[in-house]
Amino acid sequence: MPLDPATQKIRAFDQVGTRPLRPDGLDKVTGRARFGADATAPGMLVGRILRSPHAHARIRSIDATKAEALPGVKAVVTSKDFADRSDDLRDILVNIMARGKALYEGHTVAAVAATSASVARKALKLIKVDYEVLPHVTDVDLAMEPDAPLLHDDLITSGVEPVPTKPSNIARKIEFGHGDVDKGFAEADLVVEREFKTEATHQGYIEPHACLASVGSDGQGELWVCTQGHYMVRDVCAQLLGMDVSKLRVTASEIGGGFGGKTTVFIEPVALALSRKAGRPVKVVMTRDEVFRASGPTSSTSMRMKIGVKKDGRITALDALLKYQGGAFAGAPVDYGGMAGVACYDYPNIRVVGYDVVTNRPKQAAYRAPGAPMTAFAVESVIAEIADTLKLDPIEMRLKNAAKEGTKSAYGPTFGPVGLVETLKAAKAHPNYKVKLGKNQGRGIASGFWFNFGGQTCVSLNLNIDGTLALAVGTPDIGGSRASMCLMAAEELGIPYENVRAIIADTSSLGYNDVTDGSRVTFASGMATIHAARDAIKKLCGRAAKVWGIPEEAVVWEKGFAKPSGANAGNFEPMSLKELAANAAKTGGPIAGHYEYNAENAGPSFATHVVDVEVDPETGFTKVLRYLVCQDAGKAVHPSYVEGQFQGGAVQGIGWALNEEYIYGADGRLQNAGFLDYRIPVASDLPMIDTAIVEVPNPGHPYGVRGVGETSIVPPMAAVSNAVSHAVGIRLTESPMSPPRILKALGEQAARKAG
Amino acid sequence: MAGTHVKTTINGDSVEYVCEADETLLDVLRNRLALTGAKEGCGTGDCGACSVTVDGRLVCSCLVLGVEAEGRNVATIEGLAQGEHLHPLQRKFLEHAALQCGICTPGFLVAAKALLEKNPDPSEHEIRFWLAGNLCRCTGYDKIVRAVQDAAAEMRGGRHAA
Repeated sequence: MPLDPATQKIRAFDQVGTRPLRPDGLDKVTGRARFGADATAPGMLVGRILRSPHAHARIRSIDATKAEALPGVKAVVTSKDFADRSDDLRDILVNIMARGKALYEGHTVAAVAATSASVARKALKLIKVDYEVLPHVTDVDLAMEPDAPLLHDDLITSGVEPVPTKPSNIARKIEFGHGDVDKGFAEADLVVEREFKTEATHQGYIEPHACLASVGSDGQGELWVCTQGHYMVRDVCAQLLGMDVSKLRVTASEIGGGFGGKTTVFIEPVALALSRKAGRPVKVVMTRDEVFRASGPTSSTSMRMKIGVKKDGRITALDALLKYQGGAFAGAPVDYGGMAGVACYDYPNIRVVGYDVVTNRPKQAAYRAPGAPMTAFAVESVIAEIADTLKLDPIEMRLKNAAKEGTKSAYGPTFGPVGLVETLKAAKAHPNYKVKLGKNQGRGIASGFWFNFGGQTCVSLNLNIDGTLALAVGTPDIGGSRASMCLMAAEELGIPYENVRAIIADTSSLGYNDVTDGSRVTFASGMATIHAARDAIKKLCGRAAKVWGIPEEAVVWEKGFAKPSGANAGNFEPMSLKELAANAAKTGGPIAGHYEYNAENAGPSFATHVVDVEVDPETGFTKVLRYLVCQDAGKAVHPSYVEGQFQGGAVQGIGWALNEEYIYGADGRLQNAGFLDYRIPVASDLPMIDTAIVEVPNPGHPYGVRGVGETSIVPPMAAVSNAVSHAVGIRLTESPMSPPRILKALGEQAARKAG
Repeated sequence: MAGTHVKTTINGDSVEYVCEADETLLDVLRNRLALTGAKEGCGTGDCGACSVTVDGRLVCSCLVLGVEAEGRNVATIEGLAQGEHLHPLQRKFLEHAALQCGICTPGFLVAAKALLEKNPDPSEHEIRFWLAGNLCRCTGYDKIVRAVQDAAAEMRGGRHAA
């Protein structure tokens, strides 16, 4: 039970921790919920985008005269319609519309707005682009070679001394750690060093990017868009289009999944530019093919991981080399990924060196704990191999090294109360850990970490005349967060959950909010909601004091009622929220609570996953038999949606481990840009996903809440790999562990045995 | 392009529309009839977000042409609830938290209803294989499968004949 830092009292909850129906549920089971592509506007045009067929090409010229002359075409835009810039938005500008060069297959080169989809498609075919095809590179190791085709002739590696004189595809070098790894390895009884590769995957949200833009000749605009952050969309788009931020109002639609992939802009500035030119609203919706080719997948990686241990399993040193390619622009998450990927353990000596590399692929975007699953795959695979070699129980081996309160993390801070040990113990105690395995079956364990994030947050809460509440939050609800907000407001005010209605306010109705990312919403918007409720309570107590003619300090709030604080305060009947609301006009006018802040102390979340698989040696197919997620939620506000985050992240990770990958041809073109060939897990691939919610309260939140959304994708790639490796008796080091890769490994093993 | 006049029945109502030859039933539902409950997740029949039934048969409406609905009986998510009474599947999806973002939910509900009409007592295995044509990226399917199991049990109990 959490300790409330405000009162230092262990508190019980009336509503937090229950499982009420979500407020947006009815709309979502009846088809009424309005997602990105579901909006229309009077006079609306259809926008379509022309994309580069080449992985790397100079654009000599674009001739759109024939397209512009086609009846029904109302606007064509190219890079000429966006002013160039040299600030930190330039990469975004160049990514949303190629300037001079197409840097990847799928890179936008032009766009049209027309009266129908068929006219728009015809118009795209009439735009003539004169390309000079250039050599390309899509592989991270090849892109780092000195003679690799260069994407940007002005890209100088940062983080290297002396500063390089020549450009390269290496955007940045990072390094962190502590202690002396050479000394650590000298002290070790066993050192294991392995190389790993992971392929790029896509977030795979089922809703393609979609928006409806409307800009008038008065310079005012509106944008309806599926995004994880409509304030970010507003600020970026207004700057790219040279609009006043106040003149662009952005409304977040219901969002059909994002997982990090909707934390940037792609089609939105293009739709706004088309609308401005055409003088009419324009809707742009990506096809699935475009989502794969032109939105933001993850990095692919190439890594070397070396870990030394004493005989008892205690780690003496870790040394890692991480190479992440992040597509055509700098920003591969090798820094956060590396820091998070090694965070589970206490290392006396650690060194992590990472490279952020550009290639001719779409610019990577965040994907759930960005960068962490890959490094964790390498760390947890080596840990598993060490445990196997030393014949240690894999959970005991992890417990020996587990980060706990007081551990100095490799990335700097010393941990406060964290729950890794608790998740390991929960995993060990779970019945799944005791199931006996059969032939061709294997068990894998892996732990994972994510920092979690707070960030800029603003919430308003308005009391209605009947005592119900309108709660306005500014973080798009991506997985049921409105239910959690309502629960926390109801808890704080002591009123029924059903009396609170949460909405996602548009950018003109509420102050700035950072994007829904970093597992921050239930933590940060939740804490803002609690404080906004406390702000309203203070005002409510003031109104009661006024009615009773006693000082405000002599009134307390208890479970939905204003009460005199004690006998000395006077003898008055408690006044309900409903009464105070009904009398608001007579006691000083509307009553609202508000809170704005930059949330800190998000409190990291650790997890431990246990998976059993069976591998068919004839086909190389891996069946997941059972899967367990144990994760620290701090305090689960709505346990069903916490379990949902655990299960969803685990299954995305299973897909990454077993099937999902971006496959490039020698021509630099993506060969599997559809759900048939890029295979995400389906219901028949999976068992039930068992969960155990661990609650180690986060002292940085009044209820102890920690973010839970991202950690769940960190362990699966390693856990599944460890299980598959145990099932086939070969250590696998490349993801995905798809049937062809497993068959290849089995074949090589057979050849070794025969030879 | 000359349009084709189509007369059909959607959720029990007579409907007429004119559509182009290359328009899918999904395009017609969404863009001409304002029935946006069916979603386009892929446009290639791989995700099931556009699931509807045509004469009782479960189809991806992105793989059916608008003109093919002539004389047929189309059922969409918008017809699943009866007035203010939700179908048991809709209630169970809410109770089990079987949706997170909700984009795939209409397709899952239409597909699950088609399953329970054929097989009122499906095993977990049968549910998982029937729903294998519907992609969900948020839930990992656990709570969806449980919601379908629970709805099937309730419907077999006869309390909510649907």
